[in-house]
Amino acid sequence: MTKTFILDGQPIPFSDGQTIIDAALDAGAYIPHLCHHSGYTPHGSCKLCSVLVNGRVCSACTFPATEGLEVLSHTEELNEDRKRITQMLFVEGNHLCPGCEKSGNCKLQAVGYYLGMHDNHFMHFFSPRKLDASHPDVMIDLNRCIFCTLCVRASREKDGKDVFAISGRGINKHLIANSASGLLKDTDLEASDKAAHICPTGAILIKRTGYATPIGARDYDHQTIAEVSLEQEQESHGG
Amino acid sequence: MPAGPEHSNPAKRMRLFIQDLAAKHHFQPTRLLEMLREIQARDHHISNEAVELLAKALQIPRTRIIDAVEFYNFFSSTPKGRYELLISDSITDRMLGKDALIEYMAEKLRVPVGGVRNDGLVSLDNTSCTGMCDQGPAGLVNGHALTRLDRARVDRIADLIERQTPLAGWPPEFFQAEDNIRKSGLLLGRPIAPGDALKAAYTRGLNQTLAEIDASGLRGRGGAGFKTAAKWRFCAEEAETERYVVCNADEGEPGTFKDRGLLNAFADQVFEGMTLCAAIVGAKHGFLYLRGEYLHLYDKLQAILAQRREAGLLGRGILGHNLDFDIEIRLGAGAYICGEESALIESLEGKSGIPRNRPPYPVSHGYLGKPTVVNNVESFFAAAAIAVHSGAWFAAHGTEKSKGTKILSISGDCTHPGIYEYPFGTPVRTILDDCGAKDILGAQVGGPSGTFISNREFGRLLAFEDLATGGSFIVFNNSRNILDIAHNFTHFFAHESCGFCTPCRVGTSLLRKQLDKIYDGRGSAGDVAALDEICRLVKTYSHCGLGQTAANPVLTTLARYPEAYQSRLKKISYEPGFDLDAELETARRLANRSDAAAHLSQTGE
Repeated sequence: MTKTFILDGQPIPFSDGQTIIDAALDAGAYIPHLCHHSGYTPHGSCKLCSVLVNGRVCSACTFPATEGLEVLSHTEELNEDRKRITQMLFVEGNHLCPGCEKSGNCKLQAVGYYLGMHDNHFMHFFSPRKLDASHPDVMIDLNRCIFCTLCVRASREKDGKDVFAISGRGINKHLIANSASGLLKDTDLEASDKAAHICPTGAILIKRTGYATPIGARDYDHQTIAEVSLEQEQESHGG
Repeated sequence: MPAGPEHSNPAKRMRLFIQDLAAKHHFQPTRLLEMLREIQARDHHISNEAVELLAKALQIPRTRIIDAVEFYNFFSSTPKGRYELLISDSITDRMLGKDALIEYMAEKLRVPVGGVRNDGLVSLDNTSCTGMCDQGPAGLVNGHALTRLDRARVDRIADLIERQTPLAGWPPEFFQAEDNIRKSGLLLGRPIAPGDALKAAYTRGLNQTLAEIDASGLRGRGGAGFKTAAKWRFCAEEAETERYVVCNADEGEPGTFKDRGLLNAFADQVFEGMTLCAAIVGAKHGFLYLRGEYLHLYDKLQAILAQRREAGLLGRGILGHNLDFDIEIRLGAGAYICGEESALIESLEGKSGIPRNRPPYPVSHGYLGKPTVVNNVESFFAAAAIAVHSGAWFAAHGTEKSKGTKILSISGDCTHPGIYEYPFGTPVRTILDDCGAKDILGAQVGGPSGTFISNREFGRLLAFEDLATGGSFIVFNNSRNILDIAHNFTHFFAHESCGFCTPCRVGTSLLRKQLDKIYDGRGSAGDVAALDEICRLVKTYSHCGLGQTAANPVLTTLARYPEAYQSRLKKISYEPGFDLDAELETARRLANRSDAAAHLSQTGE
């Protein structure tokens, strides 16, 4: 007999050990997320996937699905607050979409559109952040890093390397590269690594591939992130 | 390339030092913080060279070491002074004149606050509350606590530093920390003799002793109030048999210092409580996670552990029973978040203190993923007494839902700051009378993460069902300003946020910016509503207790004193979040301009 929990009034089947978000995505229900990626160890830090589980706020990407849970996700209040959390990420870094190569393929931007974000709402931090173009094939623009740690996890879990880490505390957190010089060129990162391609924003870009897909033909130009996510992430589950 | 002997020697010395250091700590990455403490003490920073050597010796990625150095306040990647001065920036230190004093220090020692003097002799900076609120203004020099600082003392300290006198040669009274135990109750008035709790437990039977602790109604004294007996039972019932006992002595909540007193005067009883827990849950290894600010207690605590080993109260076959258990002391390194139990466990494992995702909880997946009991100093202290005197003895005091007593750290505007023990259910008014508080504006119960109560609420009770507290109790008289208090606490949380989750990392800093705007008189009509909104988001969506309580200073004062906020607002509808003219400062400096035409006036002035 299949076990189920209730998401926004609909029964969602799950298998033991699945998190709420994985079961929901398999069942075709999108829950906004940025730091979550199917097949990677859950992180639970961006908090976009915050849902109400039996009335309590929980991260859908880390909370284990259990029989009979009552989960609310697609409510006006939660989506309004998710928009605010997205706006926090926008003002924390320096996200200038019109000049960013990732525009149209960027999950941060797409989530912003999905949640109806029309401005940044909060005061900007305008924090000075670095750019590392030392590597022959990959560049990093820390202005766009949202600390999702997907590159950290990809390097460790998929590439068998340890190229990236998040260092420091609080608002001063930053992405660092694992080399004595601190520069990307002195790490063992290769352009074919998963870590070089997993970034949801334009913080890690492959050189000499800019605008190969023209604006207008990109992931989120004609589909919402909900539609794209369900297509891509269900596939990666084999679901 | 061969280098001259004057160059090769320091490099060689460093290599040998790191090699010996790693060997001394058995090349265990879990002991990374201990090693970093020693490097910082020797070199007054952790150099790239040290990071590289240590990473190789421990076979861990260098990034893990860099992260720890940047995460913990007491480590630095750039050189600090040979005398590292840190001044406690708790609201209580400020009330005792800390702001003027640190300015005086800066002038006297010719070093800017936050900077290092050119000759590298001394550095000066602020740090979060050092747990000496009853004897401030306080600080730390090379990690050692300084108390009762005043101008005369600063003059002498400056002189000692200029003469480069080693700390051992400084007057001992500079480092004197009084216990200030003012009121003893059930527990402080009846300490047990070493071994008594264990003997009583074995005589009664371990299961029956756990039943006594259950009957006592003891709930966790850190503030959250989880039932101690239930926690021990869950841990004991885990299938995994490698289990750990951890004593959380990282009391970083500003205004808290009761654990400092307990560990100085009653360490034996705390260790006995830990050993009792080990006997009941079946643990062989325990940790006392001592906050770095209490370095002054370290040697004494080690000596007590040694005595207990000699007396057969620690080690193999404790008191002739089938119990092998020992306790290791680990020092923190300046991170409030490590008081959160899963962050503390991460820190024990030698990592930065990022709270884990829960479930699973530490009782099933704690230290190294093994079942672990984490309890507050006071919880272990009480458990040992309950083992001797029975659960009924303890449960006869307090209220229905909060049994026994609570030990408070009282500071601020009162004549007798110090440590007080009260039965749960005691009204705030009684506490204020006892400590000699007069002309009172209000009290902060439970520290910045707790509640501000006004002078209309002194009938409220000390209890989990009314005012839950980890023990911090700060009194404010009518000369104090509500916004100064909220401002200090809000800055504290922004500084201490670990940065893991978006709502806390960004939200606490937004809260600081938004409150500063009002505090500095740049706020307008919409700004209080904006402040309220950020509070709600930080409180609702943060990953752990730090973020979930970080908005409390604003929320609890905004609810009681809205006029304090409204009165600072400008009488216009909108005021930008930044100062337009100040933003041009870099441009003016680059252009070498300071004339009137290089300045802009802000709209609305």
